Amino acid sequence: MTESATLRAAARARLPSLPPSAGGAVLITGICGRLGKQLARALHRERPVVGVDRRPFHDKPKDIEHAQVDIRRKKLKDVFRPGDIQAVVHLGIMHDPRASAAEHHSWNVSGFTKLLEYVSQFRVPKLVVLSSANVYGPQPSNPQFLTEEAPLLGGQNFSDIRDLIEVDMLAQSFFWKLPETETVILRPVHILGSVHNAPSNFLRLNPIVTVMGFDPMIQVVHQSEVVRAIELALMPGIRGIYNLAGPEPVPLSRYIKILGRQRIGVPYSLARMVMGRMWSLRLTTFPAPELDHIRYICMVDDRRARQVLGFTPRMSAEETVLSVDDGRW
Amino acid sequence: MLTRLLGRAGDAVDDTLENLLGEPFADRMGRVPLALGSSGVDPFGLDPEWMKYVILAIATLHRKYFRTEVNGIRNVPTGRVLFVANHSGQVPIDGALIAAALFMDGEPPRLVRAMVEKWALSLPFVSLFFTRVGQVVGVPENATRLLSQGEALLVFPEGVRGISKTFDQRYKMTEFGLGFMRLAMETDTPIVPVAVVGGEEQYISVANFDGLAKLLRAPAFPIIPQVFFPGGQLPLPTKYRLWFGEPMRFSGDPDDDDSIIEEKVWLVRQTVQSMLNRALKERKHIFW
Repeated sequence: MTESATLRAAARARLPSLPPSAGGAVLITGICGRLGKQLARALHRERPVVGVDRRPFHDKPKDIEHAQVDIRRKKLKDVFRPGDIQAVVHLGIMHDPRASAAEHHSWNVSGFTKLLEYVSQFRVPKLVVLSSANVYGPQPSNPQFLTEEAPLLGGQNFSDIRDLIEVDMLAQSFFWKLPETETVILRPVHILGSVHNAPSNFLRLNPIVTVMGFDPMIQVVHQSEVVRAIELALMPGIRGIYNLAGPEPVPLSRYIKILGRQRIGVPYSLARMVMGRMWSLRLTTFPAPELDHIRYICMVDDRRARQVLGFTPRMSAEETVLSVDDGRW
Repeated sequence: MLTRLLGRAGDAVDDTLENLLGEPFADRMGRVPLALGSSGVDPFGLDPEWMKYVILAIATLHRKYFRTEVNGIRNVPTGRVLFVANHSGQVPIDGALIAAALFMDGEPPRLVRAMVEKWALSLPFVSLFFTRVGQVVGVPENATRLLSQGEALLVFPEGVRGISKTFDQRYKMTEFGLGFMRLAMETDTPIVPVAVVGGEEQYISVANFDGLAKLLRAPAFPIIPQVFFPGGQLPLPTKYRLWFGEPMRFSGDPDDDDSIIEEKVWLVRQTVQSMLNRALKERKHIFW
């Protein structure tokens, strides 16, 4: 630990011009995920990066320090002890729908509570939490574009998302609990790219199954844009909740056309039944309630991110959606 | 074979539309102020390709079946506008004809949006259809956004009370809701009153079966004798007359007390009612 602390101190000495909150070490939880690795690569040349993940970090750049610990363990505190962590980026949210509800809850909620405890104890000036636009939930009664003030109703029909809502709420409580820490909550729409999340995996299917008689407008954002938004969120002075969206929304069928895949429309009741059965036989990674995402809209108003964060998506819908093929197994 | 057949059908659609509109559909569509993205779909899901078929249908109703007479279309301002009309006729053909008039007779042509019930968007195909032809869920956020985007919105403040009137109540407007006035004040939008004459005679309802309506959870269950005669399922081909009034502007606090808002709503309601009365007096015949 002392060795790494001196390393970090040396790294900080290389960047004397930056203010402490912009130049200190960044702690990234869930660094071994695809998004985490991208973020680490984007940041490590400018400031020291410390990673926390219980998975091993293969092909890790040399100057990144990785602590292979479970965020629920006390050992996490050791990462904070040198006192030079100036920002925490929380990406380590478990999304595995196969994991038991108890494991999910303890990882996402207790783990995050621990993290928040250390952020407050060590007076970390910046906390960035990657939530998701899914916390709003797809509903037929949704306004076309949901603002950050919209209620988080995602758990209404899909209970697995309740943890994520709880994490979002815990981060929100930090706004008033610890006003000296600049807390930022990012709520991106469906992230596409080489990541292995549900929307990217869905678009990798061939043929793609859709619900007959529904073709909702959908927003997507490329993983590299999310990385850029996190970098912007790390700037001093930025705090609050920001919806993130990529290029202008288009109907689901257009994305499928761009990918050149077959499309099979299945009546909702049949799709739900088959998916439920396949889920119990472990033949699919999509739980049946997720079908609502391809029936109803869940789109966000990203004006605040554009105006305050200065976030303008650069990639077109074509580039974004075609990038899912990079992540094929 | 099939593609050739479809191609020929497509050409026929284009020709018929051109005849009805007096110019190619694409030209007229191109003049509609719309926020179309590079994908050719607007952020609310409106797709001009779908609009073509819908406009063919409503243009035929407008020109051929109901032979609508349109008055005062020049009163329609450019930019955001809220149309407030009387509702009648058991089936909302009045909305379709107002939309047809604004697209076919207005200059620049406008595509008017209406607000739909949220349950409609949970139905397969219905949801898809409504979205592609630019109808949006009736929530205040959507209305505000559309108006601030400079679009035209059509509301029937009478709601289902208006459309399911029996024949003896024809052209007597029921109570207005207050929401549209608060919306207009909040977004500083001019209100254009619209009177629709001809709708009340298309389906003659002699009574409403309230008990059955409640049982079926439907808004109303009208008794319409004509549907028992052959061909009577179609609306009677009455001549529709649309009157667009001069824009009305209201200012003040949109969150004011109901009593203050009610006065302004009363003013709009009286305007529509007097336009209706005048139009009825001038009408020589129901069918021509």
